[in-house]
Amino acid sequence: MDGIALILLDALLILVLLGLAWATLESRDPRRGVVLFIAFGLVLALVWARLAAPDVALAEAAIGAGLSGALLLAALRDEPEAGHDPSEPEPATPARRRLPSLTNWALGLLCLGLGLVVTWAFVDALSVADPERLAGQVMARIVESGVSNPVTAVLLNFRGYDTLLELAVLLAALLGILALGPERGGYAPAGPVLAGLAGWLIPGLILTGGYLLWVGAHAPGGAFQAGAILAAAAVIRRLAGDRAAGLPQGLALRALSLAGVAVFLGVGLALLVAGRPFLGFPPTWAGTLILAIESAATLAIGATLALAFVGGRPAAWDSPQQRRALDPTQVRNQP
Amino acid sequence: MTTALLYGLAGIGLAVLGLRGSLAQVSLLRRLLALNLMGSGVFLMLGAVAYRGPGLPPDPVPQALVLTGIVVAVSATALALALGRRLRETQDHD
Repeated sequence: MDGIALILLDALLILVLLGLAWATLESRDPRRGVVLFIAFGLVLALVWARLAAPDVALAEAAIGAGLSGALLLAALRDEPEAGHDPSEPEPATPARRRLPSLTNWALGLLCLGLGLVVTWAFVDALSVADPERLAGQVMARIVESGVSNPVTAVLLNFRGYDTLLELAVLLAALLGILALGPERGGYAPAGPVLAGLAGWLIPGLILTGGYLLWVGAHAPGGAFQAGAILAAAAVIRRLAGDRAAGLPQGLALRALSLAGVAVFLGVGLALLVAGRPFLGFPPTWAGTLILAIESAATLAIGATLALAFVGGRPAAWDSPQQRRALDPTQVRNQP
Repeated sequence: MTTALLYGLAGIGLAVLGLRGSLAQVSLLRRLLALNLMGSGVFLMLGAVAYRGPGLPPDPVPQALVLTGIVVAVSATALALALGRRLRETQDHD
């Protein structure tokens, strides 16, 4: 009986997931597409919980659904396509242009063929592969990793290179965004209800972020989830009318964006000097080093995602002195 | 086993749906949505491989890969949106 209930749950989750994905792509109004995508992310977080992956479920809800959704909705603000009233008949905008039907069919056939090949490979791998996979190896060495949450152990210790490079990817994306132009326009100052809500939510979010960072060592959580929660606090501040989204100015902001890569690299190089392999933590110090790296990574991820929501180079990126030096009106006014 | 297969197939379905969308859609925003759906499908395949049945601890390595992937996906989305805005600004000037 229990088995049947679970299979029904699985079938229901998968149907809703695929249905939402289909509706996201087929919706006529882009705004509705984005909202459906957020709903899709939340259902996907449930799927992750079902697949015994609570760390991923937290990240999907906070980043995949929450922050991606916020970024896409903010981008829709300056999308001309979204400007018209949805109740009006759809104008023939380029977005509604369709591919010629022959190309469309060929494309569908190609994707279907690819899907069948991947299905064959997946079923083959699932039936042949060692059912233990890598879990046994991780569990055998986890006492040496300094943490007891296996996902954190893999992310920060066993496969630390991946996470270091991931922080570098995040930094590269941030530099790209900053290089592409100034920030998007800010939002109107919040009314009393939103301002009051922000006053309640932001301290709670910062506390939750700190908790997730700390608890990640032995339970679901960690730097990514904590950083995403901090970024969510910044998004709320910006929506409530603070252009700078609560971020610091000048050098402090630059240091914050660099913190993750810098501390990670610094720890790795210090270990190299101490005669250990790069990022090869000694078991007695591993817990402390991982917490130090994760704290810096949390701040960097929070600042990077917040700057991504700001959408470009904010005024606060340069220090007040630099801004004065760059601003031509200031130079002209000087005696 | 059945659960892993079921969710793995759902992941493949999502990836195919997303791939088709990212190639067939015209507007940048829809393409980005489709690419994100495709990424989610690939993550779901990895998650299905990591699942080892009720009562057994899942394989943490694919789960860590998915976590990394989610963060990379959001940074790529943010960069693509910034590129799209810049592209529109330069076109508007013409």
